[in-house]
Amino acid sequence: MALKKVKGNFERMFDKNLTDLVRGIRNNKDNEAKYIAQCIEEIKLELRQDNISVKCNAVAKLTYIQMLGYDISWAGFNIIEVMSSSRFTCKRIGYLAASQCFHPESELLMLTTNMIRKDLNSQNQYDAGVALSGLSCFISPDLSRDLANDIMTLMSSTKPYLRMKAVLMMYKVFLRYPEALRPAFPKLKEKLEDPDPGVQSAAVNVICELARKNPKNYLPLAPVFFKLMTTSTNNWMLIKIIKLFGALTPLEPRLGKKLIEPLTNLIHSTSAMSLLYECINTVIAVLISISSGMPNHSASIQLCVQKLRILIEDSDQNLKYLGLLAMSKILKTHPKSVQEHKDLILACLDDKDESIRLRSLDLLYGMVSKKNLMEIVKRLLGHMERAEGSLYRDELLYKVIEICSQSSYLYVTNFEWYLTVLVELIQLEAGSKHGRLIAEQLLDVAIRVPVVRQFAVNEMTNLLDTFPVSSQSHSMYEVLYAAAWIVGEFSNDLEDAEKTLNILLRPRQLPGHIQGVFVQNVTKIFTRLATTCLESEDVESLIRLCNHVLEKLQTFSSINDIEVQERANSACILIEMLRSQFHVSDSRSELYNKNQTKTSFDIISTDDNKNLAKPLTVIPTFAIEIVQEMALLFDGELIPVAPKAQRKVPLPEGLDLDEWINGPPEDESSNSSQEDKDELFISAAHSEEGTLGKRRKSEELTPEQIERNRMARLIEQSHNPHYLKSLPSVTDGNKQKPASASNSNYNVDQYDNIDDIPISELSLDVPLQIGVKRSDRYLMQEKTINKEKKKHKKSKKSKKTKNKVAYSSSESEDDSKPLHIVNTTMDMPEGVALSDSEDKDSKFDPNDPHRALNIELDIPDLEEPKTRKREAKSAPSNQNNNPVTMSSDTISNKKKEKKKSKEKDSVALKSESIETTEASKTHTKSKTKKKSHNAKNTNLLDISPENEESLAPMSVTVEKQKKDKSHKSKDISGEDYIKKKEKKSKRHHHRYEGKEKKKDSNASSIGGYEEAIGISTPSKEII
Amino acid sequence: MIKAILVFNNHGKPRLSKFYQYFNEDMQQQIIKETFQLVSKREDNVCNFLEGGSLIGGSDYKLIYRHYATLYFVFCVDSSESELGILDLIQVFVETLDKCFENVCELDLIFHADAVHHILAELVMGGMVLQTNMTDILARIEEQNKLVKQEAGISAAPARAVSAVKSMNIPQQIKDIKLPDLPQAIKDLKF
Repeated sequence: MALKKVKGNFERMFDKNLTDLVRGIRNNKDNEAKYIAQCIEEIKLELRQDNISVKCNAVAKLTYIQMLGYDISWAGFNIIEVMSSSRFTCKRIGYLAASQCFHPESELLMLTTNMIRKDLNSQNQYDAGVALSGLSCFISPDLSRDLANDIMTLMSSTKPYLRMKAVLMMYKVFLRYPEALRPAFPKLKEKLEDPDPGVQSAAVNVICELARKNPKNYLPLAPVFFKLMTTSTNNWMLIKIIKLFGALTPLEPRLGKKLIEPLTNLIHSTSAMSLLYECINTVIAVLISISSGMPNHSASIQLCVQKLRILIEDSDQNLKYLGLLAMSKILKTHPKSVQEHKDLILACLDDKDESIRLRSLDLLYGMVSKKNLMEIVKRLLGHMERAEGSLYRDELLYKVIEICSQSSYLYVTNFEWYLTVLVELIQLEAGSKHGRLIAEQLLDVAIRVPVVRQFAVNEMTNLLDTFPVSSQSHSMYEVLYAAAWIVGEFSNDLEDAEKTLNILLRPRQLPGHIQGVFVQNVTKIFTRLATTCLESEDVESLIRLCNHVLEKLQTFSSINDIEVQERANSACILIEMLRSQFHVSDSRSELYNKNQTKTSFDIISTDDNKNLAKPLTVIPTFAIEIVQEMALLFDGELIPVAPKAQRKVPLPEGLDLDEWINGPPEDESSNSSQEDKDELFISAAHSEEGTLGKRRKSEELTPEQIERNRMARLIEQSHNPHYLKSLPSVTDGNKQKPASASNSNYNVDQYDNIDDIPISELSLDVPLQIGVKRSDRYLMQEKTINKEKKKHKKSKKSKKTKNKVAYSSSESEDDSKPLHIVNTTMDMPEGVALSDSEDKDSKFDPNDPHRALNIELDIPDLEEPKTRKREAKSAPSNQNNNPVTMSSDTISNKKKEKKKSKEKDSVALKSESIETTEASKTHTKSKTKKKSHNAKNTNLLDISPENEESLAPMSVTVEKQKKDKSHKSKDISGEDYIKKKEKKSKRHHHRYEGKEKKKDSNASSIGGYEEAIGISTPSKEII
Repeated sequence: MIKAILVFNNHGKPRLSKFYQYFNEDMQQQIIKETFQLVSKREDNVCNFLEGGSLIGGSDYKLIYRHYATLYFVFCVDSSESELGILDLIQVFVETLDKCFENVCELDLIFHADAVHHILAELVMGGMVLQTNMTDILARIEEQNKLVKQEAGISAAPARAVSAVKSMNIPQQIKDIKLPDLPQAIKDLKF
């Protein structure tokens, strides 16, 4: 045997060890893969040998190879062999390999249970330590279940090293096997007061991780942590505790108030930046949580902001980064305090570090005002020109839009400027992924700011004209969608509609849904042109127009996209129909000519005039009617639709959406009703396709039908959530009837107001001076205006109308008229508030292991036994004794108050979810069930200790059932509730037993059972 | 929680990879690659925090790194860790390595990847910080090394001799002449 061992070792000398392998790989840089393949073959041979040292060596090499990206799971069995070696050296190598390549789903793990258990219970603390380290990386639910007890035993090991590791290990066990949390928790809590600082720190660490996801359950531990915080000097632990408090304060504002003082002291005293920073963070969290109630914490805010300023001004980039990060948290609740440091934050925009620039961008949101918006945007655009890296550029673009569009464009004083900025963004950021965002902005501004439409349509015409299709990214094409829609919908504002029409008719390589919009808007512009032709009685040009459009549309109808084809064909047929009328009318008019000595032009015009009076004249009337009906199709003002409007429309009674209306399916008509939240443009195109189909049909329909269709279209548009982008904040008062007449009247009124504002000189632009961006011009212009304004002092007055129109021009009082009005009306079904939030569950992650850990732990807090005792006394005597102040500790008093209120709640809301009321019920003296309670109580008073022992396991199982239930269902059925009451009373009885025993024997040996259900009875409370 | 600890050199070659959440080998390599690309293009005098890395974690995760000579030490952590604390931890880690290897350099990490893992195991366990006190860490490592030595005893002597001779192999020495491998080899001899 010995000989064999020596022989094995001797052979081993000539094996490749890890160093040789590494060296070999380095020597074979050119054909590394081949060399490693060869090595793996050797390793396979080595693994077949009996000698454990050889295997160990092979596994060590495998671990290295794994790091280089090779799968070594095929050696799983050998790794386990090495792990099971009795020698520490091999064991360590084995566990390392296992931790690198095993994972919770590895099937081999079931072979390891007993081996790991043996290691955990090993005499050598390092065997157990190595096993714990390895296990922490690959522990599976099965292993967690089987080993939970062993690890729990290790938590009370005599060796601090093992206690520490075991405590951390328990967290991993909880994640995989949540049932372990309840029985293990009392022990874990004990470890918070462990004599060894390492163990203490580990326990804090674990509870922090647990509490981060389910803070509510750990609130009762606050006093323990509070004590630790004020006594400990271990910065690592302090940081964790302070972070934990940051998570707890939102749930318990009173805790926050208590925290402010010690935290402020720490901020003043500590020299560790990490601790200082975490203190500030938690103070901020506290301030946020109590900001509503207490306004007199300005001193604390001031302190935080000052300290943060010091951080930001520091030359250390890390501190600067963190300072900005924390600032952004303050910004949400105390924007004023942050705005004082605008200079600093704006300076950070120019920092060389991208992380810092990104952070200061976040803050920019709160820094803008009407006065400096243009300035800031100018700087951002400047950055964008210089910046490298698409990520940062995209972020910049996003921020520009975000700060401009916030609160319904509150800070934008000049929308022509804003549109120019958007167009510049399009030109600058050809490759950006935010094309859709810009498109939405263009649409939003054009629709909601009526004054700017004329400018917008001309801008968009230019954009359509100059947009280089080939080089652009796919995403940026979306702006063409918006541009085409704007020029079409607001074609009345077009300066040169014919030019625009030609631009739209230009053949280009674009995605189908955008081409479709092009065709659709060609029809709109055509209609508009045709109407003008009719008005000016210019038949010739109308016919020319028809011919021209027809010819160009042919190219569209041969495009490979079915939707474009359909639209183009419908448009063609429509226009052809119109044209054919003229052919007929021409021949007829010649007949007329013979009778009346007038030119055909005159005849048509007179007919036109006659038409209105008596619609009997046949042929030209038809053409006119066609044009008029076409115009009707596109008539009416479109207003934004609230994003959730569609979902809020109540389903009419008796309407079954799944039922066939007309028997079996024939066509695609259901397109328009389908809701596609994400694909805004695609689905918008779909729905328009639906309406287009109707329009084509409507040609053969009677006027009433047309009218009906038109109404249907309007209603559909008003219910279509895709018609416009959402508004960030609009108050409830904006509920409006869908597409009602009042709306359009209202808009007309706006026009009336604004018509006399001189804007004509603004729209001439386009040829730009070299070196100065177009958007900069507005900035300069504004500056000069401001200068002028300073000359004549004028008082500011902000105007508000009952219609909640946001006037964005408190600074342009010169003519005391709003320059731009943002229309904030939105279509909503009646009785629906915009603020309704229903997306909360979107965060819901079914795979989050922490969900299962949301277990009410019945953590007793410091004064809890006292309360209980008091209640015990008061329960039989009808609760008429006054509450005695048990402790001067305000926190515990507050806790008590809280619990009381909880008790009330639990009485009032019997059928609330278990999770929320469980705790209170545990603590509640059975006010609700006093009678039965007392009855049982008397029975139980004389239960002997043996009986009590026998009862213990039962109640543990009850406990388990209950827990299961709380996992499964939230709503308690009546049955469950009764069961729970029983459980509750059982628990009370036990408490009484304990109490009784205490009284009788002054003994405190009841811990065992009560610990199992999470109730501890500190012996000092015994009378 | 720490999700991953990566050490790679200026060229992106991994020197240590420890994932506390399971990824398969291909994914691990991709993560290392992506992280390297993110980290390596940053200048030395910028801050040590980095958001993102699309592969590992989401917005809750941060990359916190330090650059020492030829090596990047990158920790991927979530928001429950203190940023500055993790920076300190990296410092502790590197200082511990320095103590254990005496003037640690990249070569130590290359040839003793397992030892580096064992050292790391004393700092971080399963993604949670275990110990930050360097004296304690060093004492633990020392005791474990003693155990290993005891176990090796006399039977391992010939193997060590052979490996020492191998370590001195001449062509490699010439190749690595600019790197301080020789002292390392001598140190190995002492064992």
